[in-house]
Amino acid sequence: MSAVILLSLLFAALGLLLQWSSKRLKVTGNALAERIDALLPQTQCGQCGYPGCRPYAEAIAREEADINQCPPGGAACVAALAELLGREPKPLDPAYGASKPPAVAWIDEPRCIGCALCLPACPVDAILGAPKYLHTVIESACTGCELCLPVCPVDCIEMAPAPELKSRLTGSHPDRKAA
Amino acid sequence: MNPPPFHGGLYLERHKSLTGGQPIQASSLPSLLVMPLRQRDGRDALPCVSLGDRVLRGQRIAGGADYLDPPLHASTSGRVLELKEWPLPLQGGLRGPCLLIEPDGEDACADPLSPLDPATLTLESLRTRLHEAGIVGLGGASFPASAKLGEDRPVIDTLIVNGAECEPYITCDDALLRERSLEVLRGAELLRQVLGARQALIAIESDMPRALHAARAALATGDYPGLHIVPVPVRYPVGGERQLVQTLTGREVPSRLWPAALGILCQNVATIAALYRAVIQGQVLDTRIVTVTGHGVRAPRNLEVRLGTPVYHLIAQCGGYTEAIERLIVGGPMMGYPVGDDGIPVTKTVNAVLAASRGELPAAGDPLPCIRCGDCAEVCPARLLPQQLHWQIQARQWPRALDQHLFDCIECGCCDAVCPSRIPLTAAFQEAKQVARMLQAERDKAEHARRRFEARQARLQREQQDREAAARQRKAGLGQGAAKIQDTLKKVQRKRLAQNPPPDASGRP
Repeated sequence: MSAVILLSLLFAALGLLLQWSSKRLKVTGNALAERIDALLPQTQCGQCGYPGCRPYAEAIAREEADINQCPPGGAACVAALAELLGREPKPLDPAYGASKPPAVAWIDEPRCIGCALCLPACPVDAILGAPKYLHTVIESACTGCELCLPVCPVDCIEMAPAPELKSRLTGSHPDRKAA
Repeated sequence: MNPPPFHGGLYLERHKSLTGGQPIQASSLPSLLVMPLRQRDGRDALPCVSLGDRVLRGQRIAGGADYLDPPLHASTSGRVLELKEWPLPLQGGLRGPCLLIEPDGEDACADPLSPLDPATLTLESLRTRLHEAGIVGLGGASFPASAKLGEDRPVIDTLIVNGAECEPYITCDDALLRERSLEVLRGAELLRQVLGARQALIAIESDMPRALHAARAALATGDYPGLHIVPVPVRYPVGGERQLVQTLTGREVPSRLWPAALGILCQNVATIAALYRAVIQGQVLDTRIVTVTGHGVRAPRNLEVRLGTPVYHLIAQCGGYTEAIERLIVGGPMMGYPVGDDGIPVTKTVNAVLAASRGELPAAGDPLPCIRCGDCAEVCPARLLPQQLHWQIQARQWPRALDQHLFDCIECGCCDAVCPSRIPLTAAFQEAKQVARMLQAERDKAEHARRRFEARQARLQREQQDREAAARQRKAGLGQGAAKIQDTLKKVQRKRLAQNPPPDASGRP
């Protein structure tokens, strides 16, 4: 009998401790959002339905958004988020778009009329230009979000395959694929 | 027996007698020179000649923008034919842009650089000279020699001149020491003085008696107070930079740091000889000594080769291939890589061409599963756990592989040599390093985009605030103006009242 009482008391105490620690030591939304944000591809394309990667990360942290809404990140991003959040990975939700190979925007200069409408559309300020001057895309800064495509009145922006990421030491090895 | 100078390593069959005894022979001019533009860091150097131009020997034809982009020089006079994709002497059968030069046979030289006076040579002028002469590490890694003398370099106490040619078959440094040890000694003394180093150690393997003898004889002819010739034990890979530092000084170069952190600078003997020629004679680096060896070639020997000479031209001068030829390898059997095309040109990195006959090198069979014998860990000179890395790479656990110090692997090939399951460990590590670098590049790009996005958000917010503040100010300004108008109106009214008072007020008195 005494054993039952003792164990009940012990478990009650431990339960209270758990309750208290889950309140006191909770990972705040901000810190979690930061860690989620670090796993997102930072394309800032808004395909997830949020105006950028950081807002999406905050939405995931608040458990408002699911982890499979990021087409640029693809399955790898979903897997990384699932591991961070301790959930089961799931396939990408096709409602938000399909995963595409990395691309960068490219302006067909003869067709550009210098309207400057694409400049404010770019989430990372990767388009250089001014009204009535030719615009150009800073390739190294472009994330391939495609947000500049719909605003162009003459459809002179196209998506080109992204250049290979070169590592500083040995250069790219296009012939060598990961094992 | 002495304790081993560093962890792991192997005693290997040397096969050096194939080419060991013979003098260096100058290679003839080929009918075509191929000058690859690819630099060590993956960039392609910018050519500074046009198609059809006549170039002279020693003339700069590409590169030279910064210290990590050493210039390339034409190695004979001739005409620039075209810029073409060509197989490169790099792992994986890569191709890259090359300038093709048709030699005209005159071998006319451009004006050499002006010789420098060793007595007044400063570190900065030496650095500039090494850069303009296109001198890179000739031991195989081809790190620009000028970049090793960078401004943020700590004080150098010891200069190590690496003549420990530990890889089997290769004898080009041995031949250089036998025939030109005076150049090496003078170059070493010059660099030591410019660096202000206490000593310069010339490391020569103890089974290279003739090189040792030649170097000692040369040392006796002059007064070199800071120079010491040190025989090092024959144990592969004693010629690895970190292993050599440990062998000579007993100190271990910390992971992720360079020997400079210990006040040590390492240079290959051939690099030092090139430095000497660049300073004293103003010669640019346009030749190198290449060991052509193996049982797949009739007359193995050391050739002094113009850079850009295709490998088939070297083979032809060594009597051609034998019937037993099986594989062509650039470099030695441990760290070299197979090439499928003998049209690849000799570059500053190509120290040997090994034409291996059937059965000469261990066959690359199908690997068996790892049995966790741990032999690889015992021989690893970097003290890694190759079997552990192997599992993590198979499981694609890149962060864990990095935690196991994947990037400390010097790719010496000792683990491959002892693996009873014949697992190609080094190749797996090389690929894993590539993948890790790519992932890092992706992360860097994402981080860059995130910073730009945040900067833009901050800017938009600031603009919005500025606009709101301006609007408030306008409103406030408008308020002040209205008050003024009110005041003025009141004043006018009062004035009017004073001038013509209302009738009821004026008619009262």
